[in-house]
Amino acid sequence: MCGIYLDHQSASPVDPKVHEFAERYLSSDFGNPSALHSRGLAAKAALEEARAKVAELINAESPESIVFTAGVTEANNLAIRGAALRNVAKGKKLLASQIEHISVLNPHKDLLKGGFDLNLVPVDSMGIIDLAALESLLSKETVLTSVMYANSEIGTIQPIKEVSDLVHENGLFLHVDASAAAGKIPIDVQKDGIDLLTLSSNDLYGPQGAGALYVRPGVRIQPVLFGGGQERGLVPGTEDLYALAGFGEAARLACLEKAEESLRLQAIRDALIKEILKIGESYLTGHPTKRLPHHASFRFSRIEGESILLTMDAMFNIQVSTGSACSSRTLEPSHVLLAIGLKHEQAHGSMVMTLGKKNNPDQIPAIANATKKTVERLRALSPL
Amino acid sequence: MAQIGYSKKVMEHFMNPRNVGVIENPDGYGQVGNPVCGDLMEIFITVKEDRVDDIKFRTFGCGSAIAVSSMVTEMARGRTLDEAMLITRKDVADELDGLPPQKMHCSNLGADALHAAIKNYWVKIGKIKPEEAAPEEGEEGESCGR
Repeated sequence: MCGIYLDHQSASPVDPKVHEFAERYLSSDFGNPSALHSRGLAAKAALEEARAKVAELINAESPESIVFTAGVTEANNLAIRGAALRNVAKGKKLLASQIEHISVLNPHKDLLKGGFDLNLVPVDSMGIIDLAALESLLSKETVLTSVMYANSEIGTIQPIKEVSDLVHENGLFLHVDASAAAGKIPIDVQKDGIDLLTLSSNDLYGPQGAGALYVRPGVRIQPVLFGGGQERGLVPGTEDLYALAGFGEAARLACLEKAEESLRLQAIRDALIKEILKIGESYLTGHPTKRLPHHASFRFSRIEGESILLTMDAMFNIQVSTGSACSSRTLEPSHVLLAIGLKHEQAHGSMVMTLGKKNNPDQIPAIANATKKTVERLRALSPL
Repeated sequence: MAQIGYSKKVMEHFMNPRNVGVIENPDGYGQVGNPVCGDLMEIFITVKEDRVDDIKFRTFGCGSAIAVSSMVTEMARGRTLDEAMLITRKDVADELDGLPPQKMHCSNLGADALHAAIKNYWVKIGKIKPEEAAPEEGEEGESCGR
C-alpha cells in the first residue's frame, strides 16, 4: 500500500530501528522479568533500561517514577481511578477540561457513581483552557485535575505550567495526558510541575500496546487491576517485553530526533495549511500557533467529514481522519469540536491531518489538490 | 466473518453516484433530514403517465447517505408512483448489499425523500390533502432528534 498516510495520530508505523532493537525480545532474548534465572534477569535488565529511556524523555526524577501500562487508556484509567480512590480522604472533587480524550473523560464520569463530583473546565474557540474558570472551580477538596498537554483533534497545546500553578495553589494533583504531545514538543515534568503524566509508545513510533504513567515521587495511587506485583503492584501482569523495550528505544530516538523532526514537519504543516485554506469556506480548527508541529485540522462548510475521509482514501489514496458524527460509534459529533463552539453542522465537516516521518514537502501539492478536488466533488453533491 | 466497513456496492455508488443534480420546476420535491444531524437529502421528480420519469438528488451526508440517495433514484426511475411508494428503507439497504447497523437509521433516508417527493406531487394534483403528506411513522428525525 503506498499513497500518502496522514493519520499518524491514530496509528504510526513502528520505526525500523525500534523494531530491529526490540525484535530479539520476541524470540532469542525472551524471558519473564519476574523470573530469577538468567533469562529472567536479562529480561528485567531490558525492562529497566526501557524505563530509564522513557524517564529521560520527560525529565522524570528517576526511572522508578515510570509505570508501564498496556497503552494510553490503561494509563489514564490508572491515573484517574488510582489517584482519586487512593486520596478520597482528602476530597471528592474532580476537574477535567472539556476536550479531554474519552479515555480521560469516561473514568472521571465513572467516579460519579462513587460519590465523586466532576466539573468540566471550558476552553475558548481555539481550544485553550479557560484559566479563570479553572481557578474558580478549584478547591481544597479537588483531589484530581486532568488537563491534556495537547489535543489530538485540534492540535492545541495547553499552558500546562500555568495550569499546574493554579492546581497546586488550590487543589491536590494534576494529571496530564501527554500522549499526543510527547515526542513532538519538549516535556519536562519537573519544570511543569506535573504529578501524573500519560505517555504513548506508538505516538513515538514505538510498538502499539505499550504506554506509561509517570507518577511523581510522593504521589500515592492505587491499582485498578489486581494480580501479581509487577510495576510496583500498580499494573499486574507479565510485561510485554517487546513492546516495552521498543517503547524505550522509541523514547530514546525521540529525545535525539524530535527537535529537528518537529521543525521539518512544522514547515510541511504550515505550507499545507496555507494551501488548503485557499479553498473557499475552509477554516483551521484549533490554535494557529500554539499547536502540535505535525498537526493540521480543518472544517469545510456544507460537506460532511466521513465523505471527505472516504473520498480522500478511495480517489486519492490519502488517509486522513475526521471528528464527524458519522464516523463515530456514537453518531455524535466530536465533543472537542462542540467545546470550541462549533455548531453541529459545522462540526460534521471536519478533517484532521497528522504528519509523520515519511511525509515530505514534495507531497504538499498532491495533498492540497486532493483536498480541493474532494471538497469540490462533495459540494457539487450537497443541497446546502 | 462480519463485514468490515461499507460493501463494495455502497462504495461504488458513493464514488459514482447516479442522478445527481436538480430538476428545474419538478413535478414533485421532497427533502428529509437535517444538517444538524449530519444528513440532508432532497429528491426531485418529474412524472409521466403516473410513472417516475426523471429523478435527481442532492445530499449532504456521509458515505452511506450518498450511496442510499443514488440507489433509491435508480430503483424508482420508471416505476409507477404507487410502486415507488412501496420502496422501503430496507429495500434500499438490501440493494446496496447491506449497511453497517449504526447507519441503518441515520443515513438511510432515501426512501423517505422519495416518498416525500411523490406526496408533494399528489398534493399538487389534488390527489391527497396537504396534511396527508406529513412524514410517515418512523420517518425523519429518529436519527438524532434535534
